[in-house]
Amino acid sequence: MTTLPDKTDRKMGLVIDLDTCVGCHACVISCKGWNTENYGAPLSDQDPYGSDPSGTFLNRVHSYEVQPEQGAAQLIHFPKSCLHCDDAPCVTVCPTGASYKRVEDGIVLVNESDCIGCGLCAWACPYGAREMDAAEGVMKKCTLCVDRIYNENLPEEDRVPACVRTCPAGARHFGDLGDPDSDVSRLSAERGGMDLMPEQGTKPVNKYLPPRPKDRIEDQIDVLAPLLEPIAADTGGFIGWLDKALSRLPGGTI
Amino acid sequence: MHPAPSVIIFTTLSGLGFGLLFWLGIGLPPVTGWVAFVFFAIAFALAAGGLMVSTFHLGHPERALKAFTQWRSSWLSREGICAVAALATMGLYAIGAVFLGATWRPVGIIGAVLSLGTVFTTSMIYAQLRSVPRWNSWLTPALFLSLGLSGGALLAGQTAIAAPLLAVAATVQLAAWQKGDTALQRSGSTMASATGLGGIGEVRAFEPPHTGTNYLLREFVHVVGRRHSRRLRVIAFALAFVVPLLLLFLPFSHALAGLAALAHLAGVACSRWLFFAEAEHVVGLYYGKRQPAPGAQPIS
Ligand code: SF4
Ligand code: SF4
Ligand code: SF4
Repeated sequence: MTTLPDKTDRKMGLVIDLDTCVGCHACVISCKGWNTENYGAPLSDQDPYGSDPSGTFLNRVHSYEVQPEQGAAQLIHFPKSCLHCDDAPCVTVCPTGASYKRVEDGIVLVNESDCIGCGLCAWACPYGAREMDAAEGVMKKCTLCVDRIYNENLPEEDRVPACVRTCPAGARHFGDLGDPDSDVSRLSAERGGMDLMPEQGTKPVNKYLPPRPKDRIEDQIDVLAPLLEPIAADTGGFIGWLDKALSRLPGGTI
Repeated sequence: MHPAPSVIIFTTLSGLGFGLLFWLGIGLPPVTGWVAFVFFAIAFALAAGGLMVSTFHLGHPERALKAFTQWRSSWLSREGICAVAALATMGLYAIGAVFLGATWRPVGIIGAVLSLGTVFTTSMIYAQLRSVPRWNSWLTPALFLSLGLSGGALLAGQTAIAAPLLAVAATVQLAAWQKGDTALQRSGSTMASATGLGGIGEVRAFEPPHTGTNYLLREFVHVVGRRHSRRLRVIAFALAFVVPLLLLFLPFSHALAGLAALAHLAGVACSRWLFFAEAEHVVGLYYGKRQPAPGAQPIS
């Protein structure tokens, strides 16, 4: 049923730290690796080794340059996947009931055997979190690795989304954002976790931690910098003569 | 948005078809027998033909029946139900008119309401999307309905009704373009809100997540040049409204009426192409594609 539940028991989701993400795209690859061979249809590629490759991904990492009023520009890597919105417009537009939000944990999923591939849910998502698979003709999206997080066949440390498990920088955190005392909720509260495009009214569950203020590097690049100043102010002796002689040649600088 | 031919053809033809069915349902013109057969054949060809074309862009058309189940929340589902109900009711009415020479007024009225309802539900599929600010307005249903009604009246040969309706549709069309051009700006969605990084400073897309293209770029990020769009607007407006109105004021002949209807059809198709091609999906912001340069006019 594509009406949204009034409330969900838990709100499982991700907290993504834009301060620590180094933009390595490891989460993109582990996501594709896990999800192409588990839940639902594989994530196909078109022309993967040709001149115009494209494919289905559930997680993608943008990079932005932000120029503050003063000081150096900052480069911020920005991973983006489904935010498992509380007020998910992608769910209510679905004509078949294939898209749904789970009451027990708030995860937004697609039942692929019901999906007609109309694409309307991807139109409704402001974040570009849904991609139609070109080979299967069904809608693909992040499942929050629903087949890992409750999977008792996996060792306990692996029962988190593949992207979280693989992130080398510890920039991705997984937990229940509906419980104000959970680690992820406390982390988000401490660091000012934010919603993306709040004006769209989707009430995302996933939170983004803004980059911490940067040190001011303009005044001094390095403590050793003064030692690197050129010291040979007067050029006398043989080296001085050679320098002058060479400069006088055609193409020299004097 | 990507202007997919299947969706443009579908919304253009079925809008016109259901518009014609509306007028036939309320008995304008009050036709029976062979004349009724021709009118209904045209209306059903447009309405049902358009609907069939719309299934071409589905990934799994064989599951299309499932799309009738979610009418509680989904405008697309409501559209499907409304369309089938309208075609069935008007089919019954057509049988009476063509084969029995009967005019079952209540059936016709119900069919007319359902036909108009189909045009409305179609428009709401687009109007409901906050992610596409240009469509997210009451002007979208107003445009679809006024075009359906005026085009239908034109096909039904109701010149006296068609002329004022065309004028109304033309006004709505101008308003939709005018309002639409600032819709993205007024929506409040910007690169700053999309990334949440606006508090630090000015955000610029530095590197996209992928070197090639992808589904999102193909489907949602279509940029039409300003000059190109202005030119197409003039063509669409002239064909859809100006030419038919001029022809309506000439002494009536079937050839001229046919010409007026054809011009209108071409104009509406052109306007529908722009409706999609000019619509800015906010996901483009993540790719730095929709950000007006500081002080510049919004992309239109
Ligand atoms: S991020 Fe997009 S796909 Fe995910 S729940 Fe929100 S609207 Fe739906
Ligand atoms: S593409 Fe599939 S999941 Fe999305 S709205 Fe259409 S039927 Fe529903
Ligand atoms: S794996 Fe971690 S550090 Fe690397 S891009 Fe993903 S979130 Fe950023």
